[in-house]
Amino acid sequence: MDFLQLILSGLANGCVYGLIALGFVLIYKATEAVNFAQGDFMMLGAFVCIGFTNHEYMGLNFWLAVPLSILVMGALGYLFNWGILRHMFGQSQTSIVILTIAMGFIIRFLAGAIWSHEPTSLEIPFAGQEVRSGGLVLGIDEVLIVVVTAFLTLAFFLFFSRTRIGLAMQAASQNQLAAYYMGIPVRRVHSLVWGLSGMTAAVAGILFASKGAIDPSTGLLGIKAFAAAAIGGFGSLPGALLGGLIIGLVEPLASRYGPPGVSQIAPYAILLLVLIFRPGGIFSQTQRKKV
Amino acid sequence: MSTQTTTPDVVLQIDNLESYYGPIMAIRGVSLKVHDGQIVTVLGANGAGKTTLLKTISGVMDPEKGTVSMEGTQIQSMEADAIVRRGIVHVPEGREIFPLMTVAENIAMGAYTRKDRTAIAADEEMVYAYFPILKDRRTQRAGTMSGGQQQMLAIARGLMSRPKLMLLDEPSLGLSPLLTQEIFEIIVRLNKEQKVTMMLVEQNAKVALDAADYGYVMELGRIVMNDTAEVLAASKDIQEFYLGVSQDENQRGQRRWKQRKTWR
Repeated sequence: MDFLQLILSGLANGCVYGLIALGFVLIYKATEAVNFAQGDFMMLGAFVCIGFTNHEYMGLNFWLAVPLSILVMGALGYLFNWGILRHMFGQSQTSIVILTIAMGFIIRFLAGAIWSHEPTSLEIPFAGQEVRSGGLVLGIDEVLIVVVTAFLTLAFFLFFSRTRIGLAMQAASQNQLAAYYMGIPVRRVHSLVWGLSGMTAAVAGILFASKGAIDPSTGLLGIKAFAAAAIGGFGSLPGALLGGLIIGLVEPLASRYGPPGVSQIAPYAILLLVLIFRPGGIFSQTQRKKV
Repeated sequence: MSTQTTTPDVVLQIDNLESYYGPIMAIRGVSLKVHDGQIVTVLGANGAGKTTLLKTISGVMDPEKGTVSMEGTQIQSMEADAIVRRGIVHVPEGREIFPLMTVAENIAMGAYTRKDRTAIAADEEMVYAYFPILKDRRTQRAGTMSGGQQQMLAIARGLMSRPKLMLLDEPSLGLSPLLTQEIFEIIVRLNKEQKVTMMLVEQNAKVALDAADYGYVMELGRIVMNDTAEVLAASKDIQEFYLGVSQDENQRGQRRWKQRKTWR
């Protein structure tokens, strides 16, 4: 029973990692840039929701605050690309990566200035409620995380395989030049992908904050999610989720059954093993672009 | 040079175009005209600037100087997607397809700029009628097909935007002579039956001149010769330098190894 309990809470954590990793992969696939501020986007999404719904701030209804914060984060992602990154089109990858790292710092300090550096918890209407089945006690927040992640995965799958703009995003990521030739407005598609990954970050942040208090440095979780994305195979959406789940599951098991300290090391040890034995990640896309 | 009079049926007119590839001037003042319903070919060796010319027309590159007009409207500073909407589609060299998407999805992407679903569905059937092999492979990932099939897919995808003018960049690249012939037959049929005006860039001068109505010869970023395809095919210079026909020996009974081109 103890083991099952650990698995379920690990699953919930893993879903959050997976969602952040999904944000990394979305942007990497479409624009070939790595957004190291993804973890901070997640943290900002959570704080935006806190700002909308908590009593000491705006005190809006939770179910109104959630879609609002998702929209705000989507808009921020879109504007970040449209206002800043778009003008660096054609610059080296390194400068873009450094720009996103700097952006992460700015977001962290801005969030600290607005919402303070103290841990804050999101006020949720279903706090503390539990689901009991057999001998298992599950927090409703953990169940919700798994359900929402599963739903989001399905939504992404349908979006990328069925909708016109989703297919255009795929096309632009597989062959940017050909996408231009087909009349796909590639730059706008890039901004939309950034918006989408901002929205994903908001969902991840809200889910994460529903489990416990967060503070501006929570954004550093992004590094763990980056490892998750690399384990899954950078560039594969299902891989990102799987990588997140693996890390989420390994952490609680390692801290329960392993010697102290192992749980902190475990995610990166797995990353190392995957990179040695399967350098492309678990779901590596073998189809490389021919020159 | 033969004279070409300006007539209202000019689809594409280029005047004194100059384009740079980084610091290198790739196109040095090119002027040309493409008439409605024609197949026009631009011949030239590697590095003559043919691909740059097409990229400048389709809006992927911006020219430094000069104008590109489509049916009287200047388009040289428009974005690539606006130019596709106006009816110019670029079928790039080297089969730039979407490798991880299925054949059907690739073809659907060709119609990205269009909204009318029934017309798109009808055009899909039209495209599959020209390229039956693609219909059989609808659900296959495009990257796993052979080179010839990928070239067919690139042309089919280009057709889906219902272009008035199709820019074809080296459709024969890397294909067997038989497959090259097959592709060129389809290009001629599309020109006749679907009324698509073609601008065809080729190194394979033989097949290109057989298919084309009019031709330009490009060297080092300049147009050095232009005439109807028959005149070009009969020209001594073209025969020698592009068709590989060796010239007769001169009166001294020797072959001149260092040939002079008439335009130099």
